[in-house]
Amino acid sequence: MLDMITVESLTKTYGRGLTAVDDVSFTAAAGRVTGFLGPNGAGKSTTMRIMVGLTPATAGTATIEGRRFIDLPNPGTEVGVLLDASAQHAGRTGREILTLAQRTMGVPRSRVQEMLDLVSLTDDEADRRVRDYSLGMRQRLGIGTALLGDPHVLILDEPANGLDPAGIRWMRDLLRGFADQGGTVLLSSHLLHEIEVIADDLVVIGNGRIVAQGTKSDLLATAGTVVRARDTAALTLAMERAGLVITAHTDGSVHTDAAPGQVGEIALAAHLVLTELRTADGAGLEEMFLELTADTQREGAAA
Amino acid sequence: MTATVNNTVSPTPISESTTTVPTRTASARIPLTRIVGVELRKMFDTRSGFWLMASIVITSVLATAAIIVFAPDDQLTFDNFAAAIGAPMTVILPMIGILAVTSEWSQRSGLTTFTLMPRRGRVIGAKFLAAITVGVASMFIALVVGVLGTLVGSAIAGVDPVWNVSAIHFTLIVLGSVLGMLFGFMLGLVIRNSAGAIVTYFVYTLVLPPLLGLLAANQKWFADLQPWVDYNYAQRPLFDGDVSSQQWQHLAVTGALWFLMPLVIGLLIVRRAEVK
Repeated sequence: MLDMITVESLTKTYGRGLTAVDDVSFTAAAGRVTGFLGPNGAGKSTTMRIMVGLTPATAGTATIEGRRFIDLPNPGTEVGVLLDASAQHAGRTGREILTLAQRTMGVPRSRVQEMLDLVSLTDDEADRRVRDYSLGMRQRLGIGTALLGDPHVLILDEPANGLDPAGIRWMRDLLRGFADQGGTVLLSSHLLHEIEVIADDLVVIGNGRIVAQGTKSDLLATAGTVVRARDTAALTLAMERAGLVITAHTDGSVHTDAAPGQVGEIALAAHLVLTELRTADGAGLEEMFLELTADTQREGAAA
Repeated sequence: MTATVNNTVSPTPISESTTTVPTRTASARIPLTRIVGVELRKMFDTRSGFWLMASIVITSVLATAAIIVFAPDDQLTFDNFAAAIGAPMTVILPMIGILAVTSEWSQRSGLTTFTLMPRRGRVIGAKFLAAITVGVASMFIALVVGVLGTLVGSAIAGVDPVWNVSAIHFTLIVLGSVLGMLFGFMLGLVIRNSAGAIVTYFVYTLVLPPLLGLLAANQKWFADLQPWVDYNYAQRPLFDGDVSSQQWQHLAVTGALWFLMPLVIGLLIVRRAEVK
């Protein structure tokens, strides 16, 4: 796998000791969709803004194929970027915004209409001013702008925001196709389901720190075991004595990283009656996501 | 119209041609001329921008018409037309200069602009050149309208047209107007907020001069100092069409103080600042 995007020890601190991004390192590989997952305010957007040179890093580097973004001679033709679909001059038409990007990049004028067709903005919609666009239409326009220069890397911040279910499905297919043809996709989301469906690799961030990263299958495989017993207190005691790291949920279920077989043996040895014993795959990534970010997310550990 | 039932809302599936990952070609650096072209286009491509530009022509024509209608026959001279047209120009051009910069922040389009062109100094430089282009072009529009006004006005009054503005005087007026515009540009760069920069501009041009005038009238030391520290004051000779060598020095010193220094500081800030 060829690493296209490399982020190394990226740190961003603001005055008064606020650390938005804390020693973040990860890579995104060619031909794969890398999902950048985290709760709101975790530092996803700041990391992406640093990657494209909009925010200066306090320390660390972010490179595209070994080059800093600012050193790319014509970045739009190499890296498609969508950070905030609403950050456009409200008085310009969608077609005009694409035309400005087309002229800046120096790509053929026909690309503008091609992109409008690709993102399904009708001629009528394209000639409307962006202030009259729905968030979904802005999102489509933003994706069109990102793809305009025929880039081989895409950096998209919450691209599914505001899209209807059909639009989300369309974008998923589009990004999948882009990666299957050798492109690199890094997309952020706090929508777990969206990421789980589309991503090959995952980078999970909470409070500015990477809390987990790897292939989706690896991360899901470590989801562990969910177990319930008639006597929950005795079960947790027995599991803790056996040295397992456990998480007891209020619904009586207990989660651990250990395999179901090991948990069963512990229960047997303690003469406990189990009412449930299974691999923790039901909620999939969501459960993992909540657990990984439990002590760093805003809602607190009880969420 | 025939009814179609298969008109689905779902977008077209991706086509092979538009999303193929390209064979890598070393992309060329974006030439400055292209960025200047894009920046010029941005000045015209919104309704507000378009009307701001159109207002240059509109106010020129209105000012000319007013002179023809209201001025006595012996006042239908070219310098009066030039002065009437120049007055609104000294307000409109700085606004264009300000908005050329601040709209990237106030409208947040800078997110796209500086992502497509991460060398921000080049973008600002292109905006600077675009602003000067518009400023000079506007003055030539004013010249044409002023010439037509003088011809039409004197024809209506039945007097000979009076051409009492020399080419040098006109050049100095152009310089003065462009300097005013670039002052607005500098404010836009330093403040990066449309409303804030516009208010500051009017405080600088409308509130500050009478205060400094009052100070100079009452304090001898400031009356001597004023030409060397008051940029507004130092620009006035340009519009009168006669600048002595000492007045050029006044212009250079005050310009460095009030324009160049803040411009450099603004540029340094913009190159480092976060684009939100």
